[in-house]
Amino acid sequence: MEKHEMICICCPRGCYLTVTSENGDIKEIIGNRCRRGETYAREELISPVRVVTTTVRLNDGKIPMLPVKTSKAIPKSLIFDCIDMLRDVSVNAPACIGDVIIPNVLGTGADIIATRSIGKKDED
Amino acid sequence: MRSVDVVIVGGGPAGLAAAVSAKKHGADSILMLERDASLGGILNQCIHSGFGLHRFKEELTGPEYADRYIKLVEELNIPYLLNTTVIDITRERKVTAVNSDDGVIEIQAGAIIIAAGCRERPAGAINIFGDRCAGIYTAGTAQKFVNIDGYMPGKKIIILGSGDIGLIMARRMTLEGAKVEAVIEIMPFSSGLNRNIVQCLNDFNIPLYLSHTITSVNGKERLESVVVSEVDKNLKPIKGTEREVECDTLLLSVGLLPENEMSKKADVVLSSITGGAIVNERFETSTPGIFACGNVLHVHDLVDYVSEESEHAAKYAVDFAGGRRYSPSDVEIKAGNGVRYTVPFKMSSKDIEDDLTIRFRVTGRFKDKKIRALINGEPVISRAEPALAPGEMQTVVIRKEKLEEQAEIKDIMVEVAD
Amino acid sequence: MTDVLIIGGGICGSTVARELSRYELSITVLEKGVDVSSGTSKANSGIVHAGFDAEPGTLKGKLNAKSNAMFDRLAKELDFPFRRSGALVLCFDEADMPKLEELKARGEKNGVEGLTIINRDELLKLEPNISDNAVAALYAPTSGIVCPYEMTMAFAENAVQNGAEFKFNEKAVSVSKDGEIFTVKTESGHEYKSKILINAAGLYADEINNMLSERKLKIQPRKGEYSLFDKAVFGFVNHTIFQLPTKLGKGVLVTPTVEGNMLIGPNAEDVDDKTDVSTTAEGHKEIFEKAELSVKNIPYKQIIKSFSGLRAHESGDDFIIGEAPDCENFINMAGIESPGLSSAPAIALMVVDIIKEKHSLRPKDKFNPCRRPVIRFRDLDNEERDRVIKENPAYGRIVCRCETVTEGEIIDAIHRPLGATTVEGIKRRTRAGLGRCQSGFCSPKLVEILARELGVDITEVRNSVNGSNILIGKDKLIGDIKDEKR
Repeated sequence: MEKHEMICICCPRGCYLTVTSENGDIKEIIGNRCRRGETYAREELISPVRVVTTTVRLNDGKIPMLPVKTSKAIPKSLIFDCIDMLRDVSVNAPACIGDVIIPNVLGTGADIIATRSIGKKDED
Repeated sequence: MRSVDVVIVGGGPAGLAAAVSAKKHGADSILMLERDASLGGILNQCIHSGFGLHRFKEELTGPEYADRYIKLVEELNIPYLLNTTVIDITRERKVTAVNSDDGVIEIQAGAIIIAAGCRERPAGAINIFGDRCAGIYTAGTAQKFVNIDGYMPGKKIIILGSGDIGLIMARRMTLEGAKVEAVIEIMPFSSGLNRNIVQCLNDFNIPLYLSHTITSVNGKERLESVVVSEVDKNLKPIKGTEREVECDTLLLSVGLLPENEMSKKADVVLSSITGGAIVNERFETSTPGIFACGNVLHVHDLVDYVSEESEHAAKYAVDFAGGRRYSPSDVEIKAGNGVRYTVPFKMSSKDIEDDLTIRFRVTGRFKDKKIRALINGEPVISRAEPALAPGEMQTVVIRKEKLEEQAEIKDIMVEVAD
Repeated sequence: MTDVLIIGGGICGSTVARELSRYELSITVLEKGVDVSSGTSKANSGIVHAGFDAEPGTLKGKLNAKSNAMFDRLAKELDFPFRRSGALVLCFDEADMPKLEELKARGEKNGVEGLTIINRDELLKLEPNISDNAVAALYAPTSGIVCPYEMTMAFAENAVQNGAEFKFNEKAVSVSKDGEIFTVKTESGHEYKSKILINAAGLYADEINNMLSERKLKIQPRKGEYSLFDKAVFGFVNHTIFQLPTKLGKGVLVTPTVEGNMLIGPNAEDVDDKTDVSTTAEGHKEIFEKAELSVKNIPYKQIIKSFSGLRAHESGDDFIIGEAPDCENFINMAGIESPGLSSAPAIALMVVDIIKEKHSLRPKDKFNPCRRPVIRFRDLDNEERDRVIKENPAYGRIVCRCETVTEGEIIDAIHRPLGATTVEGIKRRTRAGLGRCQSGFCSPKLVEILARELGVDITEVRNSVNGSNILIGKDKLIGDIKDEKR
């Protein structure tokens, strides 16, 4: 039997979880104050995932940077690959919130989407 | 001079929610004044997710959260002015603002909602000694440089203070290619949220040094190194524990201060604990017809609560502008054992319109305690709390019925109890 | 080849450049920093002393009170903020009353007007927060407050308006005289020649002097630390408050600043390094302890900035002004420590007189004693504000919310004569970023405006000195992060 201590990151409460597992099988999860804690603990133990937020360059926009995120959480191990992929990406203004910048990033099924609407420079 | 029913100072999360609510509560005319070039306030640079779980039951980034409200403001045709800075507010609710197009704008407001947010505590306000060199920024300034302007302030970073902005910036700088050497926290615990310690520090193997501080900064032109020292129980640096750490940038996340310069001009009485106005249950300050909400009132942990509070404030601002007057606040809401402050600070025992939502922060870390609310010394709410921390804002709600069933309300108190 | 070369663009170099620019002379000022007022002149108490402190007969004694009387006119002509706030010297012990009398008599000998000794009751009326231990005070109504770098800037700008030239990033490394001609070589490899050489090199005045004269000087850098308080404490003290020396030595001052902040300091520590303007925990402990002798309940929570300055102390304890005995036409303005800022206008006149003794100076027909006025948006009434915005919309964009500074003022600061080229340069000219948030909000905007107006890349914008760049590069472009992280 193995005991794992972890903090749930599903919401700001940040519950302290204790997960007991045996040969990778989860036996018990305690400390969570809601159901999501259970899902989180399972994922975190087997294949942790994170939503990645960053920016890409916006050409000719009111603001030079467009904030983006992954439309759903992607494997934690791919965070830097994802960031690296976005380093040279730029899009043209205007950008609209929800615009898909890169579909199915790294084959994760998650899209990179714009999280803010930004108009073109010198336009109202 | 123009006359406007409800003038809202600030177009960030508090101002936006107040504007939407004022409209919904039937304000004849509204004007929101925002000094930046776009609505949304600080949310625009908070590109990380974690907003809106309470409000929208989903996890949004800062700009997405702002967008929900901006869309409503546009749909409801609520007037606002951008690039417009309020430079004066009087007791008589005269607002003076300036912008490039209109010059000096003078407005007679029926009611004013101050939603001006907060600022970061600067380096000068804490005792960091040493050289005066470039490379020392508040975390929020760095966030603006990186997320909005697209420039990096440095590549070898130390962060002082483990508030949420500091933690968020540790991850952000890492993702942009900088090396974050450590986060230094003078207290024996972080004031940031647990989840941020996990996903911003632990995920990237960034060390967090608790009970440490920076005792000296060194560098002639740009920062070259900082001296990190352990502190004792009284938060005084322990001699002999000094360690020099090379870095080119120091980011400060050492606290937020409500920005009440305008409020003071209108004789608004401020709390020495929150730095914000002393308000009653209608979020009205000591100056009649001037309301305050959001981080200008007290620094919040979650924007969701800012929105909620601001909607509430706007409802009463509309009332006031419409000529309605309430009976005076005769009941003090006290911060009892283990509680640093409460918002609101007082209320009226008559004219009870709503449930009473009391927000507060605790004075330290507690385990397995209860939060209690008492009316006239009698507990009316008692809630078990496995863990309490000052970084997390707490809420108790006393139902309207509960308040109404009291023969007389002398005082209300919130406390941490065994 | 110029008629006059001045080494140093601090208060001495700037005042003497301005006074000499009244005459038909070619004048060049060499400054090693990137801006005027980069050394001692930028970090001091900003007091225009009444002049009671110096020994009668010394240059300090002779020049201070005389110079003090010039300030009303100068502030008007050159448009720099100045206020006669008055000063108090506190006495903490009845037994020390004779010392207070002595100081008063000394001041009168120096020509200081209006000195009176006031008792505790009168003192309390002037300063409600005064320490319980203060028994009496010497009151000097002519004492004033000024912003030292704005004052320096004003003189320098006016000198430029009248034809003087300032060269920045020009550190004099060798100075020689061949026949009647001085040659100054700078670190950047340039050579400047002149007939008259004025040494206004502040902390480095000894090095310049010692290259030309056998009468050696030794300038000792003497560090003083300060704490600056938020304008929210306005009125906590109303006068510049000094202390009679006590067992703890020479005291510190507590003073309002001309901009409405409060300043306490300085201590005095001799240091070896002429560039050491670091602040220390010990130094601040000392100034706090000493300030507490003067006033009670100091609102420490309102401190917004700590800083240090270096005084150029010369072992003779007096100003050294005049032609070197063994080097004709080489004129020293050395050892200019307190009351140096106060005395600088009179020192400059003295230097002009020294030159006049040997050279006939022809007044310029077109000398303009008035600096082009600065629009300070915060000081205007709403009608004037509206007018300046209508004339130039940039005055309708408030960049620094704490000090109410507009983009128009910042652009003007960049494009004025000797305009700002750094963030600090903007701060000192406009006060943008010097308020309570200490430029947390406005620094990105200041960087952006500087880059735009100077036509440089944003990463080239410096905070103050060369190498103090604010930003290092674009997002996502630094290093190859991917491999390192794995």
